[in-house]
Amino acid sequence: MRLWLPASLLLTWGLLVLISPFLPLTPDTINLSKILAPPETQSWLGYDDLGRPLADRVMSGARTSLVVALSVVTLGLLVGGILGITSGYISGWVDHLFVRAVDILLAFPGLLLAIALAGVLGPGIENVILALGLTGWVGYARLARSQVLSLKQADHVIAAHAIGASTWRIMTRHLLPLVTAPLIVEASFGVAGAIVAEAGLSFLGLGVQPPAASWGSMIRDGTRYMLVAPHVVIVPGLALMLVVLAANLFGDWLRDWLDVKDRSER
Amino acid sequence: MITFLLGRFLSGAVGLFGVLCIVFFLIHLIPGDPVEVMLGESALQADKEALRRQLGLDLPLLQQWRHYLGNMVRLEFGHSLFSGRPILDLLLGRIPATLYLSGISLAVAVALALPLGMMAATHKHRPWDFGAMGFALLGISIPNFWLGPLLILVGSVWLGWFPVGGREGWQAVILPAMTLGTAMAAILARMVRSSVLEILGEDFLRTARAKGLSPIRILIYHVLPNALLPILTLLGLQLGGLLGGAVITETVFAWPGLGLLIVEAIQQRDYPVVQAAVLCISVTYILINLLTDIVYAWVDPRIHLTRH
Repeated sequence: MRLWLPASLLLTWGLLVLISPFLPLTPDTINLSKILAPPETQSWLGYDDLGRPLADRVMSGARTSLVVALSVVTLGLLVGGILGITSGYISGWVDHLFVRAVDILLAFPGLLLAIALAGVLGPGIENVILALGLTGWVGYARLARSQVLSLKQADHVIAAHAIGASTWRIMTRHLLPLVTAPLIVEASFGVAGAIVAEAGLSFLGLGVQPPAASWGSMIRDGTRYMLVAPHVVIVPGLALMLVVLAANLFGDWLRDWLDVKDRSER
Repeated sequence: MITFLLGRFLSGAVGLFGVLCIVFFLIHLIPGDPVEVMLGESALQADKEALRRQLGLDLPLLQQWRHYLGNMVRLEFGHSLFSGRPILDLLLGRIPATLYLSGISLAVAVALALPLGMMAATHKHRPWDFGAMGFALLGISIPNFWLGPLLILVGSVWLGWFPVGGREGWQAVILPAMTLGTAMAAILARMVRSSVLEILGEDFLRTARAKGLSPIRILIYHVLPNALLPILTLLGLQLGGLLGGAVITETVFAWPGLGLLIVEAIQQRDYPVVQAAVLCISVTYILINLLTDIVYAWVDPRIHLTRH
């Protein structure tokens, strides 16, 4: 249950995105006679303020959030992982510089820096990925560094160093495999964070631009018509919440499952 | 303790310097000519040159930096490109609203998280625990730009209890504070639960129980003070989340704070205002973290007694 519920939700999300190019979707087709129409048999989630089918737009928004989430998390894992492992292992002034840089980025609360970056870079999906990627690697880097700092004193690393293994070899063969598990757990929570962040930027008008759909911009557009057609806000928000909930639950499960100490006790 | 605080002050100062650097470079990240982006392509050449001079963009980069740093030290943020008003006045007009909203949200979060977390810990693996942690998971997963409109729908439209937006009357803060406080309450409740669970296994609690103290007394006098330390640190960090999250919540409720100012300024391409407001929020965040560390050192005898 703890695995199947979130995993099936996430799989559905991924599969829908994969098969959506082959489905007869019309997310941008305007139908003036259907403006704000409630759910019906033809479009089972209803229509938005321009008479576009919400079900199709939710699917299109799913693609936006998947692309952004995967790109941002991959970017964060790569940049953060490399910087964190290197700085933790090499230590000295490199590590000092790294810690200061991280402190500075963490001095911007929450999404603020990403909002400011997206604001100056201008709207668009690439700029959203850039803004979230530039601010999102810090968590992975800190985690990788703290793991390496404790692993550095492990017997197998000292032994590898003693037999003359190169720094590169120690980092890639002896440290990376052990740092990967916590990084993957962090990444699954990172997916949830990136989806919310992308939708948040789109909600503020800084994300994907119309007519492209994003769950965030759908919620923003819907709030104007909430009084007469609550479904235009509820539908994209529900999709967003379900996927984020699934990613968080999956992260929780993964954290418990990958915790080797815990597993041996079971 | 002095060393501990000095270290914190130093890291706060480094953070401040870095924030100044990044905010300074923000304007240089604008694709193309920043002046043209701000004024529009059709602006007069003379106006463009005037703005370029006003922002110091006609100087070499190093001189721009010195010019900027000097201005920041004197709190001279310049004028808004959109309204022409001094940016400092704009900021001072908006800061109280953001602090008020953040304060009330914090109160909402703590008022929800403490009982929920403690109830979950004392009823571990029982329905109360699952209920409280289910709420926490939901709170973390509901984005505030969705929760906000839903609360407006229920609280303002259907029930008619609260205004839809703005800052008129005491009721106006309730829905924004609930929106902003829920996510924080969720994270705090999880922390309170794990923190209390850890304390519940300690020897001194067995002694307290053996003495025949009532469970409520044990919880309030023995568990809570000890569980509060890690919670306090998280509170400082989460306040940053509140300040950052305020940007979206203020937009949802048209709450006239710094967050809404940033979003409006971005839409108007009034980048000097964006820079100043981002700086203002970040400096507040750094100060809050510093304050948390000082309180932490003062509360935790293990830190403030180290000098003896």
